[in-house]
Amino acid sequence: MRITIFPVAMAASFAATAAVAQTAQTDSFDARVNAVAEKFTAPFVNFIFSSIPGTNFPWIVLWLLGAALIFTFYFSFVQIRAFGHALALVSGKYSDPKDAGEVSHFQALATALSGTVGLGNIAGVAVAMSIGGPGATFWMILAGFLGMASKFTECTLGVKYRNEYPDGTVSGGPMYYLKKGLAERGYAGFGKFMAIMFSIFCVLGSLGGGNMFQANQAHAQIAGIVGDYPGWITGVIFAAIVFAVIVGGLKSIAQVTEKVVPFMGVLYCGAGLIIVLMNYDKIGWAFGQIFAGAFTDLGIAGGMVGALIQGLRRAAFSNEAGVGSAAIAHSAVRTKEPITEGFVSLLEPLIDTVVICTMTALVIIITGVLQIDPETGRYVWNAELGRIATTGDAGGVQLTSAAFGSTISWFPYVLAVAVILFAFSTMLSWSYYGLKAWTYMFGEGKAQEISFKLLFCLFVIIGAAMNLGPVVDFSDAAIFAMGLVNIVGLYILMPVVKAEMVSYFARLKSGEIKRFK
Amino acid sequence: MTQETFVVAYEGGADSDRVLSYAISRAQRGGAKLVLAHILEWSPYAFLTQEELAERHARRKKEMARAQEAILAPAVEKVRAAGLEAQAELRYGSVPELIVDIAKETNAALIFVGRAGSSSIAARIFGSVPLALAQIAPVPTVIVP
Repeated sequence: MRITIFPVAMAASFAATAAVAQTAQTDSFDARVNAVAEKFTAPFVNFIFSSIPGTNFPWIVLWLLGAALIFTFYFSFVQIRAFGHALALVSGKYSDPKDAGEVSHFQALATALSGTVGLGNIAGVAVAMSIGGPGATFWMILAGFLGMASKFTECTLGVKYRNEYPDGTVSGGPMYYLKKGLAERGYAGFGKFMAIMFSIFCVLGSLGGGNMFQANQAHAQIAGIVGDYPGWITGVIFAAIVFAVIVGGLKSIAQVTEKVVPFMGVLYCGAGLIIVLMNYDKIGWAFGQIFAGAFTDLGIAGGMVGALIQGLRRAAFSNEAGVGSAAIAHSAVRTKEPITEGFVSLLEPLIDTVVICTMTALVIIITGVLQIDPETGRYVWNAELGRIATTGDAGGVQLTSAAFGSTISWFPYVLAVAVILFAFSTMLSWSYYGLKAWTYMFGEGKAQEISFKLLFCLFVIIGAAMNLGPVVDFSDAAIFAMGLVNIVGLYILMPVVKAEMVSYFARLKSGEIKRFK
Repeated sequence: MTQETFVVAYEGGADSDRVLSYAISRAQRGGAKLVLAHILEWSPYAFLTQEELAERHARRKKEMARAQEAILAPAVEKVRAAGLEAQAELRYGSVPELIVDIAKETNAALIFVGRAGSSSIAARIFGSVPLALAQIAPVPTVIVP
């Protein structure tokens, strides 16, 4: 049996809005594309998302989580030890004023965050809550906490092994540390192979999960507001905007998006916080539900294990820790110490998962959109939909929307704008990740760049216009395959990071590394 | 008497040349040294896209080279032609803050700044360099109209 994780669950959440669009698209062409794609991709997708025998727990999630746990212990809880120092680095206390005008730690973190904060935080959490119950939140927070160590490892390596070209531009990411780092440790051939594998998965992931899936969900969201219309219209508009930005070099659009996205993130958290505070009498109860649900059965299918699986899955999808994408984003920072960027990147899963995802979860629990049986105090299970019964049977982003809307009536409109912007900024980020992997394989150059960018724009239209279940499944599997390759590299290279960390802490203690402010 | 130092906030362009000419005429009276400060506006908290991050180091080099050649070098030339000692300072950051830093570092006696630019809408809302200097300058500041 195939376990589909992200796309199918998400698509289901959008079912109400997208249903009409999907039925209209089941023409022969679509069906043919799907059939052909599925034939070639199914074995790969099945392999990536298959369960550990005897459970319905996908091994790839355990792979990401196990790595996070190992890194947490190997670096002796670096996420706690270096937390204060990470904040000092981001606020520029250790930045040499002579380096002003270079990329700061704050900028690298902010740009990486705008790539990860997105649909996963809004819709993914709602899926986890409706299937896994409030207890999923506990496991999500735990996974976010452990994921901080994975991010630390990959981002340190991303900076350490990046390429700097004579003109001063930089390229970094897993493909570079896999190649150069593994060669240093005597696995040159294996390193080259892994770097190419990573690049292939990264290009596929960027065209799929980072592009088609986003375009598809953005269309569903727009269609949900203005009524149904053909997806290719959204696709062409989105593709035109993406084209203007990545091919036309129209930086202003990208800059506007990049500026509005953090604002949306703050607005989202602010609204969440207001709702939580308005129901302050329920905060204790909500945390009670989270802890009770994490270890006991509150009526959800699978009980505690169900909550655990959902929480861990969503956290992994949301913060991408161990996948390697963040290492590409963080590698541009200007620093003499690669490890400092690792410390800064610790904050990414914290903000993404521990703060924003938890906020979504608290709002959903507190507003009571998940139905509770007043007699037993357990959640009402809707077997037909395979999730907890909700107000108006909403799921996914609509459940989040309903939860916010129950207290702030106009917020669903703001949320819709946020979802579209998040989708767009995620597309821009992934277009860059994909491009870097592409030029790694085919060489840096104008022709190579333009060919990938045009391909990327084409996939925006395809993604918005079609119901490409198997293709999106495949691209999603490709994102996780990035994690498969990347983490092997991280295990081999983790002593390098440890040496850097020990040396850095020693110099920090001795006063050799000093504060400027 | 020890030689005095004057800091000139030098933006480049016609208005700045007026400031510079005035500063030169004042400096000539006591044989003061002029420090020409050119600040490239920059915030470490501004948002950059992925590509801007990757190109930042290269672009910074170009920006600095251009400012040095096109703006500071001719100005330094002009000061030296007037028979005065000149020093150029090129930095990234907030203009008023860095002018103040430079004035402190060089033990300046006076700061010269042009009024230009302060009539724009943005300058009226967010404040302008001369206004900010009027507030925070550690030494007497001459605002040249």
